[in-house]
Order: sequence, then C-alpha cells, then structure tokens
Amino acid sequence: MALSPYELDEGSMSAVIPAESVKPETEDAFLKQLFTRFIRHKLAVAGLVITVLLILVALLAPWIAPNDPKEVTGVFSAPPSAEHWLGTDQVGRDVLSRLIYATQISLIVGFVTVALYVTVGTLIGIVSAYFGGWLDMLIMRITDMFMAFPFLMVILVVISILGSNMTTIILVLALFSWPSVARLVRGSVLSIKQLDYINAGVALGLSTPRILFRHIFPNAVGPIIVNATFGIASAIMSEAGLSFLGMGVQPPTASWGNMLTDAQSLTVLTDQPWLWVPPGAMILLTVLAINFVGDGLRDALDTRQ
Amino acid sequence: MNHITNLLEIDRLQTVFWNGKEDVVAVQDISFNLKAGETIGIVGESGCGKSVTSLSIMRLLGNNGRIKQGEIRFNGQNIADNSEKELRTLRGKEISMIFQEPMSSLNPVLTIGHQLVEMIQCHTSLTRREAKAYAIEMLHKVGLPHGKNLMNTYPHTLSGGMRQRIMIAMALSCKPKLLIADEPTTALDVTIQAQILELMKVLQQESKAAIMLITHDLGVVAEMADRVVVMYAGQIVESADVFTLFREPKHPYTQGLMASIPSIHGANERLQAIPGTVPSITKMPEGCRFHTRCALATNRCRQEQPELKSVAGEHQVRCWVVEEQTIPLSNIVNSRQQEASVL
Repeated sequence: MALSPYELDEGSMSAVIPAESVKPETEDAFLKQLFTRFIRHKLAVAGLVITVLLILVALLAPWIAPNDPKEVTGVFSAPPSAEHWLGTDQVGRDVLSRLIYATQISLIVGFVTVALYVTVGTLIGIVSAYFGGWLDMLIMRITDMFMAFPFLMVILVVISILGSNMTTIILVLALFSWPSVARLVRGSVLSIKQLDYINAGVALGLSTPRILFRHIFPNAVGPIIVNATFGIASAIMSEAGLSFLGMGVQPPTASWGNMLTDAQSLTVLTDQPWLWVPPGAMILLTVLAINFVGDGLRDALDTRQ
Repeated sequence: MNHITNLLEIDRLQTVFWNGKEDVVAVQDISFNLKAGETIGIVGESGCGKSVTSLSIMRLLGNNGRIKQGEIRFNGQNIADNSEKELRTLRGKEISMIFQEPMSSLNPVLTIGHQLVEMIQCHTSLTRREAKAYAIEMLHKVGLPHGKNLMNTYPHTLSGGMRQRIMIAMALSCKPKLLIADEPTTALDVTIQAQILELMKVLQQESKAAIMLITHDLGVVAEMADRVVVMYAGQIVESADVFTLFREPKHPYTQGLMASIPSIHGANERLQAIPGTVPSITKMPEGCRFHTRCALATNRCRQEQPELKSVAGEHQVRCWVVEEQTIPLSNIVNSRQQEASVL
C-alpha cells in the first residue's frame, strides 16, 4: 500500500503474535437485538401499529375523507347515517371528515413540538454538561426558572397575546418543555463524559464538537428517544386541552380538542354522542398508543434487563 | 544528557487540583527526561501521582486540575501553557495514549472501523477509502489479521486483549513520537499481558517511538523499560536505569517494593509488605513523605524534606539516609524487616 505511512514489514510481522480469531457479528446486531426486545412487548407493537395507521390517515386525509371538513354538507346535528357515517356537527359539517383532518393537526403538533424542544433541550444539555463550570450553573438556573413557571397559566396568557393558531401552540409548548430534556441529557452526559472512551477520544486529538456529537450524543440517545415519545403524547393532550378551552386551534379548522368543545353543552352530551365520543376516543387511542410505544422502547433500550 | 536528543523534558512539574476551597497538590517537583526511542517506566503504588503525571502531559486534567508550576518540553517546546487548540494538534499525532481499561476505552456505540478511520482522518489528509485501507493494515500490524471483518464490529463483541490491540492500533496509527501507556496490561490476564507487551516492543522498534510506561508491576518494568522512575506520594523518590535500580535499589521505598515481589526461588516465605498506606494528599507528613512508613527514619527525616540527589551518574535518590551514607542501607532494611516479620 503506497499510501501508508508505515511500510508493511513482513519480518517484523512474524514477531507479532496474532490474537485469537474473531467471529464478527453483523453491523446491525444492536438494532436486531433492539427489535427482538421491542417485539416481546405486545402492547408496544399494537401501539406502533396504531401510530403508523394514524400517520397514514393523516397523510392520506384528502383522499380518504368523504367530505370537505370545513364545508356544510348536511343538516345540523344529524345522527350517523349512510351518507354521514358519524353524523354531522351543529353547523352541518361531516364529523368523520373533520375527525380525519384533525388527525393531521394532532400529529403535527405532537411531532413538531417534540422535534423542536428535543433538539433545543439536547443541545443545551450537552453543552451545559460538557463545559460545566459557570456556564452549566447559568444554564441550569435558567431551566429551573422555566420549570418553576405555572405552565398552563403562562400558556393561556401568551396565547391570548399572540393569538391562537397551531404555530403559536407549538412554539409555546416547546418553550416550556425543553428544560426537562435539557436536564435529562445533562445528567447522562455528565456520567458519559467521565468514561474512558471519551478521555481516549480527547487523548487521540479529536475536536470538541466531534466528541460531543459523534461520541457522547449517540450514547445518550436512548433516554432522549423515550422522553420524546412520551413528549409527543403529552403535546397532543395539551393541544386537545387548549383547543377544548377555545385557546387552541380555531374553527373552522378541525382539531379533536375543538370538536370536543361542543360537548360543553348538556344536550350534546346526553343526546348527541356522535359529536364527542369519536374525538374523545381518538385522543385516548392516540395517547395510549404512543405511550405504549414509549414503554416498549424504554424496556428495549434498557440494557440492564 | 544531551539537550537535543531529549524528546520530552519534564522540569519541576507541579500539578494541582481545586477541591472547592484550595489547590490540592497532586504531584510536585517532577523532573525527568525521555529520549526518542527510549522506554521509561514510572512505578509506584496507587495514588502516588503516576497517572496525574501522564495526564498532565496530555493535559487531560478535567475542569479542576491545572499545571501550577514547571515546564513540559516536547521537542524543545514548552507545551505546559499551550492552548487547547495547539494541544489538539499534538494529541494523537505526536503524543498518543493507551488507557488501562480496554473494555471501556472504545466507544460502545461506534464500530471499530468508524473509530479507527475517524482517528486517522483527524490527523492526516487521507480520503475515507485510503483511511479504511490503512486502518485494516494497522489492525494487521497489531496482530488482528481479519481486519476487514473487524472493521464492522462493535467493541462489545471483542475480548479485552483484542480491544487493547485495537487501542494500540489507534494510538500508533499516526506514528506518534511519544506513546504514553497508562497501565496498559493491568486489566488483562497474564498470557495476554505478555503478548501485548511484546507487541508494543515490536512496534516501538519499528516506529522509533518513545514509550512512557506507567505501571505498578515491577515485572512489566523489568521487561520493557530502559530507565525507571519510582514515585511516592506525588514525588519522584528514585530514578535510575533499569539494571541499576533492580541490582542496587537505594531508596527504602524502592527496596520495600522489590522485597514485596514474590520469588519463585528460595524458601516459601511470607511476602514482605510495606507497612501503612500512602498518606492522603491533603495531609502530607512533614519532612520526608515516606518517613511514616520507613524503617530507617531519623529525626531529620521527620523534619526536613530531602531533595532528589544524584548518587552515581544518572542514579538519583530522594533520601536523607542514603545521602548521608553512614550505614550500608540494604543490610539495615533487611534485618529490620526480618525482625518485623519475626515479631
């Protein structure tokens, strides 16, 4: 090999005692192991299937929804029929179509919020733990401050100032969720950075960003994924809650939360269950499904078992 | 003694750690030289400052540690005040390090190939493909002939000996001039130990690298080192070439270390042990730091701190009793230790 700084010297090679031979495992052994552990958790598999179905429904909404969700297509508050499988709402829009389109809102809020705050929280946590000292002190006091805020009240105030739409909800939810991720990541980085292979990396001359993101981050990713999964479920719940209170996604755009708003009236609650049972059931199903996936991932990633 | 031929010169190094209230001195007054191609053994009990000395050279002292005094000259340049950035160009390329625990010094979530290629690309301008080919060649060099298969495996599938070979491959891949090996064989079993030491020797002859071997195993020192530095409680107590040190150890501590090696010759005797433990770095005794455990301690030893003084050529000892040379030391130590074991 001409490119080598060393010339391969056969003479000296014979003096080197070869190690015992290897039976190499395949590269994806880790993922395979993770998969088999995950499969063992039946509820998690069911949760994953439901989550995938929900994602498909959201993506294919324009094709599978029988009607335009914002258009008045029937009489007011009509019970389920062949034409409107889940009936119509108090304005005469098709409930099934609204339910399908609302899946988009919930999943977007869930995934985008989590993607945002997990990225921010992870970055802040890694930097804080790795550099330590006064920077760590400062960042941790700021996270403490955020965690001490009465979350719901601030959200209500912010939304009433900035106006309520999906973007605002995502930003506000992300703003108040990053501290928990930052603390989680900080904790695991603090323990990882003490390990020999990180010192070895520094001793071998690797740059700090490389050590942070190529060596430390992959080792901390397990708990982050688990936290993110539960975060999706909780963001969906928060959006539903805010929309229910009228502080979230505004009609005519459909969201499971604002569909439930109708159930605030007693007549709807007792006489028109098709208006509130489906969105309620969807919220329950989605949150349960995603939480089960989280449980499964946590068990699969926990190497102590 | 020639200034030019010294690859590494450590001059009155003092490294301290901040414990929140004050600087705690971990090592002080450390001075020794290392020539290119030479192997120096640094010996001592746990906690005597061997590792801190090596970590000071690499500046891997963490947030609380710093070099307070002294110089570390590498190729004639003082690197003790170098910035992180300047150090990074030295680490891995000019000075490399092998750690004690091969089981934990490779990143468990990255493949062997990834880690080797990363290291090689960090210090050379080789393309990814060239770096890969070179990595496989390095694996071959350290006695891992199935390099191609190994490249795609994760560290947990390999034995300790193989991992240490991979660490050596990584450490030597950029042809460093100085290799610091911090107890490279302590965590391995004896047969693998011999293989790894042999491998290091062969590769040293080939690459002409200087090795700084940190160990508490005198057998390893006898096998590998040209010169030996014996450390006790953060100071050098004796330094000499390996033959002199083993033939006529001067310092009572070194003699104690020698006496504590089990021998396969002679009668089946109880092993000698040095009584007591290394003093805590926050509570160093006055005078000679070894006097609390020394059979020969005099009043002077309890009050005044001895200096490292040359007794013959490059043989240096830090001991009042040796310096005064009033009595043939080895006789007294032996007789006192025999008395102690009889009692």
